[in-house]
Amino acid sequence: MTATAPPPGRTGGSTVSDTLVVTWRNLKRIPRIPELAVFAILQSVMFVLLFAFVFGGAIAVEGGNYREYLMPGIFAQTLAFASATTTIGITDDMQKGLVDRFRSLPMARSAFLTGRTIADVAYNAGILIVLMLSGLAVGWRVRDGVVEFLAGFGIALLFAYAMSWVGVFVGQLVPTVEVGQQVAFTVVFPITFLSNAFVPLESLPGWLQPFAEWNPVSTLTAAMRELFGNPSPPAGSSFAAEQPVLMTVIWCVVFVAIFAPLAVRRYRDTSK
Amino acid sequence: MPAITAEGLTKVYGSRGQVVRALDGLDLTVEEGTVLGLLGPNGAGKTTTVRVLATLLRPDSGRATVLGHDVVKDAQRLRQEIGLSGQYAAVDENLTAAENLWMFGRLYQLPSATARQRADELLEQFALTDAKDRVVKTYSGGMRRRLDLASALIGRPRLLFLDEPTTGLDPRSRFGMWEVIRELVRTGATLLLTTQYLEEADALADVIAVVDRGKIIARGTADQLKSQVGGERVEIVVRRPEDLAAAREVLGRQSRGEVTVDEHTRRLTAPAEGGTQQLVEVIRVLAEAGVPLDDVGLRRPTLDDVFLSLTGHAAEDAAATPTTDEPAPAGRTS
Repeated sequence: MTATAPPPGRTGGSTVSDTLVVTWRNLKRIPRIPELAVFAILQSVMFVLLFAFVFGGAIAVEGGNYREYLMPGIFAQTLAFASATTTIGITDDMQKGLVDRFRSLPMARSAFLTGRTIADVAYNAGILIVLMLSGLAVGWRVRDGVVEFLAGFGIALLFAYAMSWVGVFVGQLVPTVEVGQQVAFTVVFPITFLSNAFVPLESLPGWLQPFAEWNPVSTLTAAMRELFGNPSPPAGSSFAAEQPVLMTVIWCVVFVAIFAPLAVRRYRDTSK
Repeated sequence: MPAITAEGLTKVYGSRGQVVRALDGLDLTVEEGTVLGLLGPNGAGKTTTVRVLATLLRPDSGRATVLGHDVVKDAQRLRQEIGLSGQYAAVDENLTAAENLWMFGRLYQLPSATARQRADELLEQFALTDAKDRVVKTYSGGMRRRLDLASALIGRPRLLFLDEPTTGLDPRSRFGMWEVIRELVRTGATLLLTTQYLEEADALADVIAVVDRGKIIARGTADQLKSQVGGERVEIVVRRPEDLAAAREVLGRQSRGEVTVDEHTRRLTAPAEGGTQQLVEVIRVLAEAGVPLDDVGLRRPTLDDVFLSLTGHAAEDAAATPTTDEPAPAGRTS
């Protein structure tokens, strides 16, 4: 992982085993708070139903059926929203004093955050599988090969991992869970809607199109459409529109490269 | 060598244009194998002191050594030798007690089997064995605090920080915690304990350091501190509120110290250098003046009196929240 170099002179505290212990902790919690996963899935299913049945008739997609077009957008949206769950989880740990306990332990400094992001990937993989099964039920199909499918699944998890680092950073900055919730939704909501997740980009006003084209949610959605063989109408001539897979990978690397060091630095900072 | 030495610690917080001097040149020494009680009202700087000494917070200036390690430079090495139990029960509510302890044991770098064994010992010691496989969410406040304390002990720390270990607990759980802490003290642990309960410091600590506005303003054993405010006091409770003024005047004439009046309980207190003789005199004069009494007696000064005479304000008054319409009688047991 990033930024896990041990400080000089430290003793004990294996980064790998500490990270695994924290990952274990975060995975163990998931079935103990089933509401979290259940509502994450219900929320996405609700979006599927809303868009597929309410707006579906009004949105025309070149070369294919709308539901098949929609599902990758729902996947991307769900993973973007998962960063809000991460934010809230970290804020909650801070508010309850749990972060102080971890910080007082002779453990690797990055493990508390890295463990969380790894557990998040596993959690999001589970959510994604459930959503894909619901997608199959409303007519979504995987039309290309197994390799492409796995690539699409992998890129979705890479995106989830990157979003999780954003979440652990923001989670340390906000004072309370309520504020964390507000911040996360205020940012994530418009980002998922200013994208190609639900509507083709041509339908957006011209001045918004460049933003929507480069939006990581758009590139991820387009990447999944491409890899799953779902309808993917042309969306401009920018690099982001023409190379969505590559662009998504670049976005994820950039996000991790920025937010992982920031998050770890913030965690280690004892000036406040 | 002392277990803790702190010199001139300062810490200033600035938020929304308000500057708070949480620590304002705090000096502190704690000898190995002793219990130091850091006593002070809310906002005096107790928690900030603990956070600095437990490596969670870097002081703006000054330096501190704990068990021979500099709290800033050797923080990671120091963390292996200390345990911290805070104001909140800092355990994972969605894990069981056994899982929490195993996890913290692993993070203290114990091998998995050792962590499990140590967890079992602590669960037994803290009477949590029967509940060890229940998620902590279902625990009572007292059980959570005990688990929190057990978590701080999992790595067999040489020094333990207890930040207000009984704040918010009901009296029964509070005395339960006292027993647990006394047991630790018997095993020779070095302990720094913060509290805003005067009787708690009296009951648990060898040495008490009184903190006010980020500084230590007095230090000594409970007896030394009590003798600092003089000897016995005469205490009377008048039957009728309208007699308070008259009684105050009588007491003021009889003793040289200041008379404190609690209008709510109609209780008046004043230093009584003359002992029993003075008490008899007070009763006689009040009887002549026709002031009926509900209670009268001599008592040794409490730590509350210590706080009042050291700071010029009552312990409760210094609290950050100015909304005290009810005079809180905390620690007023004599």
